[in-house]
Amino acid sequence: MNSPIFKASSRAILPLALLFSVYVLLRGHNEPGGGFIGGLIAAAGLAVYALPRGRSVLVALIRVWPKALIGAGLALGLVSGLPGLISNAPYLTHQWTFPGGLAVGTALVFDVGVYLTVVGAVLTFLLPYLED
Amino acid sequence: MDILALVAASFLLAPLAAWLGGRSSPLVAAIPASLFAGFCAFLPAVRSGRTPSEVYAWVPSLGIDASFRVDGLSLLFALLITGIGTLVFLYASAYLKGQERLPRFYAALTLFMAAMLGAVLADDLVLLVVFWELTSLTSFLLIGTTPESAEARRSAQQGLLVTVGGGLALLAAVILLGRGLGTYSISEIVASGSAVAALPAAPAIVVLLAVAAFAKSAQAPFHSWLPNAMVAPTPVSAFLHSATMVKLGVYLLARFNPAFEGHGLWVLLLTSAGGATMVAGAVLALRETDFKRLLAYSTVVSLGTLVLMIGLPGEMTALAAVAFLFGHALYKACLFLVAGIVDHETGTRESTALGGLRHAMPVTALAAALGAMSMAGLPLFFGFLGKEMIYETILADTWWPALAVAVVANATMVVVAGIVAVRCFLGPRVPTPSAPHDPGFRMLAGPVVLALLGLVFGVAPWIAGDTLLTFAAQEISGRRTDVPLALWHGFTPALALSAMTLVMGVAAFLRWDALRGALSRVREIDAWGPDRGYDGLLAGLQRLAVWQTNAIQNGSLRVYVGRVLATVALAGAPALYLLGGVAFPAPDAGWLRPDLALAVALIFAALAVVGARGFVSGIVAAGMLGFAVALLFLLNGAPDLAFTQFSVEAIAIVILLAIVGRLPFRQQDARTRRQRVRDGGIAVGLGVSATCVLLGILAMPFDARLSDYFRAASVPEAHGRNLVNVILVDFRALDTLGEISVLGLAAVAAAAVIAGVRRRMSEKAS
Repeated sequence: MNSPIFKASSRAILPLALLFSVYVLLRGHNEPGGGFIGGLIAAAGLAVYALPRGRSVLVALIRVWPKALIGAGLALGLVSGLPGLISNAPYLTHQWTFPGGLAVGTALVFDVGVYLTVVGAVLTFLLPYLED
Repeated sequence: MDILALVAASFLLAPLAAWLGGRSSPLVAAIPASLFAGFCAFLPAVRSGRTPSEVYAWVPSLGIDASFRVDGLSLLFALLITGIGTLVFLYASAYLKGQERLPRFYAALTLFMAAMLGAVLADDLVLLVVFWELTSLTSFLLIGTTPESAEARRSAQQGLLVTVGGGLALLAAVILLGRGLGTYSISEIVASGSAVAALPAAPAIVVLLAVAAFAKSAQAPFHSWLPNAMVAPTPVSAFLHSATMVKLGVYLLARFNPAFEGHGLWVLLLTSAGGATMVAGAVLALRETDFKRLLAYSTVVSLGTLVLMIGLPGEMTALAAVAFLFGHALYKACLFLVAGIVDHETGTRESTALGGLRHAMPVTALAAALGAMSMAGLPLFFGFLGKEMIYETILADTWWPALAVAVVANATMVVVAGIVAVRCFLGPRVPTPSAPHDPGFRMLAGPVVLALLGLVFGVAPWIAGDTLLTFAAQEISGRRTDVPLALWHGFTPALALSAMTLVMGVAAFLRWDALRGALSRVREIDAWGPDRGYDGLLAGLQRLAVWQTNAIQNGSLRVYVGRVLATVALAGAPALYLLGGVAFPAPDAGWLRPDLALAVALIFAALAVVGARGFVSGIVAAGMLGFAVALLFLLNGAPDLAFTQFSVEAIAIVILLAIVGRLPFRQQDARTRRQRVRDGGIAVGLGVSATCVLLGILAMPFDARLSDYFRAASVPEAHGRNLVNVILVDFRALDTLGEISVLGLAAVAAAAVIAGVRRRMSEKAS
């Protein structure tokens, strides 16, 4: 676990994985991808980075306990359904706006929520196995 | 809009109440006070015979509306809830000053008040159930205000289980009513009159409604949660467990009385339960010395009286019930608040250890005396009026068992009133743990105002009667009553009964010590009472759970997986059989496709998993299998699925890497030959079952309606071309929300389990 090769290569993998995960998240609505896959990719990158370095490095890197990511993700998912209620539509009816022809809507907020929940869940599960 | 606004405001003001209450500011009482003012605005409408109502679509597909209605009965309750609420909030701001968790307390108290308002104003059965359950939940939080104490935890749990159990009965009754009559509207159901009683399910509905009301309103044998709930802070006891929540069951019975009035079972259940509760409560009250529990048992007696009065048919009994309910709310809340002051100032609630407090706390003593006189039913007080009307109506029916029970119950009230007011405040001064004196304005306002109201309304009953009480009674009996409330009815047999009750009560009070001693020597009450039965039931449930857990979950992951898979394999068989047996799809012309190579690879990977000798080679083989499946998805036009499968495989390998060094997974397969044969049998069974099911699905004609809809609606409605993602985040977003909640919960739970295992392991190691 403490091999220098693993350590060095995981440092390179982390930014790539995170960048790729966000790319996958954002393209998800039109091309294969989305919050769930993006979350898994980000979690994989973070997990590979954390394995040789330990728990405290992971927590220092993401700034919060992974459990908080789950909470934040679920909260985003819940909140993204509220704007629909204002326009008297059923809960979770997504609202859209088109700045410059690009469709932006609360669906993206929802997908970010999925992304964060997945990252949080995988890391929460992994955390007890990381070294202190 | 007005009713909804008031109910919604009471919920939305909870954070403000938490903030104000957390600082122990008396301004917190402004919240219920403003709601009280809001409800007072409905008085003229109700007085002119109108019933303002509002209907909002809620679940139109099921015929469920969020509808509210203000009539005499609901307005009486709403005013009691917010009016007594105001005094209780003010009282609590001084009584609980400096205690822990105040914001939580006030938030729960406000939510409780909001739920109560919702319950009494709801005109839809389903809405009523929702608010009903909310009152049980908030009551649980409030009884358990000090969760450190085991007694508080037990009492909170008991109150919750009993009242929520009643809530289940209510839900069942609601479904039967809604199904039978085709509407969930309470006013429509009540207005349909005899149609309800003629339903084939009417006996079941009557029993279920009665059980729900009895559990909530502490009728025997469900009464024991109420005295136990006295571990809650006194403001809670005064508000929830004497004036409001425990009357919700009475409210339910009153509300549905017009539909079932005269129904044999309804009358039988209500009168017998009410009568039994009055007697049981009276006996239990007379052996109690704790100030609050004493009052709680007298509340049980009063609730029994109310149920009995509602059960007796007639518009006069309805008016008597309303008058009694109103009077009881005034004097019982007053006396509870007095009990709290005494407890707060002297440091004890033992009525036997108190005496002569009138010198130290004259204002409190005055409030206690006024409240107690109303409770004892002395003339000039509203309590007299309620009691007198009860006697009159029972005498009119010449129903002797009820009369005997009512006399005993009212005599007990006299005794309790005597203990509270005479024994504790008169006589020689008894030293107490701390030196008492009258508390400040905030704590005195409640008992004094309530006590004076009992006197004012007693002297001038028409003030309450003509504006509200007769209109409330009208909703219970379903008929207009023209008899005005009056203090003086002349020299009637009822007056003689009142005098007799008073004499009996005073005699019993003077000999209370002997009476209490005799009653408390009856050990059977403790050994066989429902409280003990509750403990037995709970212990039995836990034994059952232990047995079941040991039988099903023995701790071996392999056994769990084996059982689950075997169940799945077996479950497929009957479904296939019932749906027409094994079917094979029509052979596809172009079966020789690149997929075939993958299929061969899959078979090899599966064989490699089976043949793997160690853990690591097993992981690698399983990974191969996963990647092969992902490729299959990719080739069959499901790139998202393939993408996800790849990511999951990668994550699985990373996690297994982390675990492999820490858990004893490296050992060789230690199964016996028999176990291997059994596991092999399960695997083959599952494989065969899954294959048959999949073939059966392929053989069925493909219904393309749903996928055509998604394909057509994806871009115009959800602005996305990736169907899978659009379904996940938009069309089926609620499902996804549920799934990610499960995912998050599973991760948190798994982490907690792993942390526990690791702690035990490290403890063992050290």
